[in-house]
Amino acid sequence: MSKSVLRGLRAAALTGTLVLGSSLALAAENPIKLGVLEDQSGDFAAATIGKVHAIQLATEEINKAGGIMGRPLELVAYDTQSDNTRYQEFMRRVLQRDKVDVVFAGFSSASREAYRPIVDQFNGFAFYNNQYEGGVCDGHMIVTGAVPEQQFSTLIPYMMEKYGKNVYTLAADYNFGQISAEWVRKIVKENGGKMAGEEFIPLGVSQFSQSIQNIQKAKPDFVVTLLVGTAQASYYEQAASANVNLPMASSVNVGQGYEHKRFKPPSLKDMYVTTNYIEEIDSPKSKEFYAKFKAKFPSEPYVNQEAENSYLAVYLYKQMVERAKSTKREDIRKVIALGDVCMDAPEGKVCIDPKSQHMSHTIYLAKVGADHAISFPKTWEDIKPYWLGEAGCDLTKKDPMAQYTPSNPPPKP
Amino acid sequence: MNLATLVFSALYQFGDAFAFLVLSACGLAVIFGMMGVINLAHGEFIMCGAYVTAATVHAGLPLPLGILAGTIVSALVGVVVELVVIRHLYDRPLDTIVATWGLSLIATQGTLIMVGSTMAGVGTPFGSFQVGDYSYSIYRIVLFCAALGVLAGLYALFNWTRFGVLARATIQVPHMAAALGVDTRLIYSLTFACGAGLAGLAGGLYAPTMTLVPTMGATFIMEAFVTVVIGGADVFLGTAPAGGVLAIVKSVMTSWQGQLFGQIGLLVAVIIVVRVLPKGISGFVLRERT
Repeated sequence: MSKSVLRGLRAAALTGTLVLGSSLALAAENPIKLGVLEDQSGDFAAATIGKVHAIQLATEEINKAGGIMGRPLELVAYDTQSDNTRYQEFMRRVLQRDKVDVVFAGFSSASREAYRPIVDQFNGFAFYNNQYEGGVCDGHMIVTGAVPEQQFSTLIPYMMEKYGKNVYTLAADYNFGQISAEWVRKIVKENGGKMAGEEFIPLGVSQFSQSIQNIQKAKPDFVVTLLVGTAQASYYEQAASANVNLPMASSVNVGQGYEHKRFKPPSLKDMYVTTNYIEEIDSPKSKEFYAKFKAKFPSEPYVNQEAENSYLAVYLYKQMVERAKSTKREDIRKVIALGDVCMDAPEGKVCIDPKSQHMSHTIYLAKVGADHAISFPKTWEDIKPYWLGEAGCDLTKKDPMAQYTPSNPPPKP
Repeated sequence: MNLATLVFSALYQFGDAFAFLVLSACGLAVIFGMMGVINLAHGEFIMCGAYVTAATVHAGLPLPLGILAGTIVSALVGVVVELVVIRHLYDRPLDTIVATWGLSLIATQGTLIMVGSTMAGVGTPFGSFQVGDYSYSIYRIVLFCAALGVLAGLYALFNWTRFGVLARATIQVPHMAAALGVDTRLIYSLTFACGAGLAGLAGGLYAPTMTLVPTMGATFIMEAFVTVVIGGADVFLGTAPAGGVLAIVKSVMTSWQGQLFGQIGLLVAVIIVVRVLPKGISGFVLRERT
């Protein structure tokens, strides 16, 4: 065995490169390479291992059915370890050395902003299959996750009507939490409510006694929890044991970290979450997806919204490549510009918005009961990711490769 | 809001921060403060205690017995780790950093692979009570009492028992202790196990209040090292006052400006103390006494 082959094998063993087997007939063709950079260990792993499994599931199904334009789909997966510098390292590797056609990458917004300049620099093409704080206007990116106008414009008015107008935000202290809190502030103000208080918690903090007391002091009608990572999830147990007993609203809990399964009832009682998918959704499409997932990964603890986003993203990519008859980003974007890239996903019908390259979603309001059972008091169909387009981002005309927020909107032409 | 409510809430927050600092740090105070082994796997001993506690409670044991089981299993793991790795590195302190860091990576990743990315929680016992406008968790008071109990127990162990005398003698002048017939290897082993068991106890006590994940040890490690570095070599005279000082800084800063400033305050306090008292609080107290 030559030295370079040995080195390659060793690198593969060390980094856990994963190459899915494909049938012999397909192997003759040149495969389409899909890079997968997701956190399979570290603080975010609980919410993100399911994304990798969902991509594997979709890839297996597509390859069984003949691949994409007869070419098999091949995964190149690395474990980014919930570490932003790993994202940068592996993003360079998949784009430069592995020369993948497309990359599916990222959970936390910090990691997305860490790798996005590299995708732009090397003219790559990436999918961010995660709900987030919104505002990324970048032609190199497609976002399949939900954004604030989908999650907060539905959730916050509902909560204010039901429980009252005094709102307290408890958010993770990084770009996601800060920008999401800005959205909450804006929507609360628009609906005539007021902020009873806000606190930002550094990632990794697990002790909340003082924050709990601050909330009790402010006497809000409900608390918006935008806590991220497993350490911060300790809040619910501690708040419940101190008998805070306030309704909670969130765009990240349950749908990502399945806290209602991990904690003992009733610590998540009266938690309301807007999500585009969770495994409890009771529709034939959802049931079918869940059954397929469990058949391949029987020990999967929970099928969350990011797993569904990742699953449907593989199929969307397939559709776009087949319609463009090319894996080149510019050809694919011409297909997106037509405005009819849609599919019947497990959550319902979804479409890509050409202006922002974000996705429309069916938004489910999930309520956690005292026994941690989920009910769905309300569903909003076909909620579009309208904010970027209305604010002036139009990727069919101009690609600023930037992220915008309500306080920092796109420059007016 | 009346004064009594304010005073109680300040005391409660102090007690809560104190318990977290002291319980995280006790095991490390024995292993790092006393024995001089820079144990970067301290957080993983805590995780081990928490996981065993949760597993035994899920299997039907009552919580106190679960915590005991977590403590014992961590201590046994400590014995094995000492025998296999640490024993050979006592005179190579820098190498122990690498070795224990490696152990911590193996433990975290091994748990992730074998047990999965999360474990179901066990729920906090006892409920809550009300003082003025605020309601508090009773279990947090239990944690504070446990911290005081552990400190008292450590003081008694190292000052009043034969094992304590032998342990201190062995660590101070090992060859002299050996010449007097002390089995120093055994003493080292037992002391390390004691530290690991204390870490497991901290894990077991905090298991009902926290997310159980393979990386949970990391949330304890900063507080633990900070407390031990400030405290210095003496387990009781160091850890207790260090925990007290840092708890005041942390609870005051957090209630004033939020969690971020609590952490900043903690680190600034450490820098100041280390600059003024290089041997830690216990070094200062002991020098005053002699």
